[in-house]
Amino acid sequence: MADCPKILSARFEEPDSHTLAVYESHGGYTALRKALTELDPDRVREEVKSAGLRGRGGAGFPTGVKWGFVPQNTGKKVYLLVNSDESEPGTFKDRYILDYDPHLMIEGAILSSFAIHSNDCFIYIRGEYGWLVDRVQAAVDEAYAKGYLGKNILGSGYDLEMIVHKGAGAYICGEETGLINSLEGRKGQPRIKPPFPAVVGFLDCPTIVNNVETVAAVPWIVNHGAAEYRKVGTEKSPGTKLFSLSGPVKRPGVYEVPLGLPLEDLIFGEDYGQGMRDGIELKACIPGGSSVPILTAEETLDVNLDYESLAEKGTMLGSGGCIVIGDDANMPELLKVLLRFYHHESCGQCTPCREGTGWLDELVGRLIDGRGRPNDLELIEKLCSGMAGLTICVLSDAAVMPTRSFIQKFRADFEALLPRTQQPEAYVPTTSAAELGRR
Amino acid sequence: MSEEHQDAVPEVDASDAAADAVAVTDDPTKAFSFSPEREKKYEEIVRRYPTRLSAIMPMLWLCQDEWGWLKPGVPEWVAARLEVPISRVYEIISFYTMYYTENPGTYNLQVCRNISCHMAGSGKITKHLCKKLGVGLNETDSEGRFRVEEVECLGACGMGPMMQVGKDFYEHLTEEKVDELIEQWRRDG
Ligand SMILES: Cc1cc2nc3c(=O)[nH]c(=O)nc-3n(C[C@H](O)[C@H](O)[C@H](O)COP(=O)(O)O)c2cc1C
Ligand code: SF4
Ligand code: FES
Repeated sequence: MADCPKILSARFEEPDSHTLAVYESHGGYTALRKALTELDPDRVREEVKSAGLRGRGGAGFPTGVKWGFVPQNTGKKVYLLVNSDESEPGTFKDRYILDYDPHLMIEGAILSSFAIHSNDCFIYIRGEYGWLVDRVQAAVDEAYAKGYLGKNILGSGYDLEMIVHKGAGAYICGEETGLINSLEGRKGQPRIKPPFPAVVGFLDCPTIVNNVETVAAVPWIVNHGAAEYRKVGTEKSPGTKLFSLSGPVKRPGVYEVPLGLPLEDLIFGEDYGQGMRDGIELKACIPGGSSVPILTAEETLDVNLDYESLAEKGTMLGSGGCIVIGDDANMPELLKVLLRFYHHESCGQCTPCREGTGWLDELVGRLIDGRGRPNDLELIEKLCSGMAGLTICVLSDAAVMPTRSFIQKFRADFEALLPRTQQPEAYVPTTSAAELGRR
Repeated sequence: MSEEHQDAVPEVDASDAAADAVAVTDDPTKAFSFSPEREKKYEEIVRRYPTRLSAIMPMLWLCQDEWGWLKPGVPEWVAARLEVPISRVYEIISFYTMYYTENPGTYNLQVCRNISCHMAGSGKITKHLCKKLGVGLNETDSEGRFRVEEVECLGACGMGPMMQVGKDFYEHLTEEKVDELIEQWRRDG
């Protein structure tokens, strides 16, 4: 799509794009100047609200609306926490922003802080992105030196402190209340909602948690206005989104696409994935990171990349981690890989999740190892219904959604593993569950 | 919920927190010391973080940067210097996977085993590494220099198979490529 503006990825391929000099030479920090001199926080929030920007961390909640939940004049500090914990399997797009355009994220974070009347911002980066912590810290230092951060920014009277915080390896810290607990110096275990962080968050103060990509869209919206933003994408899913494309395609990578683009184009388009690798046929696709329901090849070729179209197909846009699966893949094995992950990452607070993820992992493992029992698929379904919607956070649901959809849509692959008196064809697992590291 | 949390953590008593370390040195805050540059960073952290508890994570990172791992006595030292209960320091060390209380060896090879890397053949890479180094998973080789570990998605799914070693990512791995890397590291010592 040549006519689609590059809102997030314009500088990804530019040499030294991470430096302040290059960012400024592309009009960087003009949105900040504009907001501080011509607009007030409410105007910035209204603009983002009418642009229809939706959270890019997974849930897709309208950003301007969420900002509006922050109570004003409570006498408490207000915090903005930028969620750079990016750990959803199949997702590597925030990494591109932090690596190639850290100032875009920083300018977006300043504007977002301004919009919610916050003077304190943390950038929470997953510990594994150690080199990005250094890179973002260097960019933050540059911004301080230039007067874009700190006291009395650009002479406007607005102050903002920004701290780059390094995580230490825990998927669950990406969940917003887990992130808050982690930042308070606790285990990263999610909290019961309500109260929502916007009202009672970090240190019991009003807190907004936003994804990196969400805040990175704000400078463009402030510069060009909500109406221009709405010209891209669909009515209910305006704007562009970064998709992380992985799996056996010719050109995996991170692509900025207008929302509403056919998923087929992302996988096969010249500008994007350029199709399946030679000798491999499309078998399935997980469009929004490992936690969302899988699509069959047929469904994959018949859906658009926007929140509504994907919901109609029973799945979700999620983080935009688009995992393409070829006909050489072994579906039970892939499910086992995901279940091992959720089992490993469950924070252990809720029994259905702590025990359930372990049992799902175990049951699929024993099917693969040829130790399955005739009614195991029913048992798995029973377990799933005891896990979904019953826990503090949705990690439990995130384990259930792939499980149910894998088994429902590729049932024959699983049934072939069940013990039968008359088995049509002996199934030989390519990898044993023991090798997959049963825990 | 969060109030309950607060209640569960009584105001910090420094003398209590340091009780263990007192036995070994006279002043538990002096059991170790940072290089001058890290000491400066430490002071900045304490000044900027809103509470002492929230400073535990960055403080542990500083220690790990200084010594490579959290060697015995360091958690107690952290508690004493930040004036937080030692239990809170251990709560963090035990919950997060990236703080090491055992020396992980010079080269800790962390191969991603999640879905995209799995499809790209990460299992073969792990097996190859183990065979080449003569170790099992999560084992350090006889010279204490290499360790092989499997980890979850590292955000390099389009570039798999991949592994992380220290701060660096090595992507698009093949058996030949890891052989070269290991030879290189062996030469480097
Ligand atoms: C288990 C779990 C893991 C999550 N991981 C992330 C993450 O790594 N990054 C992220 O931005 N959001 C993550 N989220 C979503 C956050 O809870 C939150 O919705 C998001 O950061 C809000 O920002 P947004 O409105 O800008 O999307 C996760 C949610 C759950 C339940
Ligand atoms: S659902 Fe799982 S990860 Fe979420 S709070 Fe409960 S136990 Fe922890
Ligand atoms: S699946 Fe290996 S880095 Fe994401």
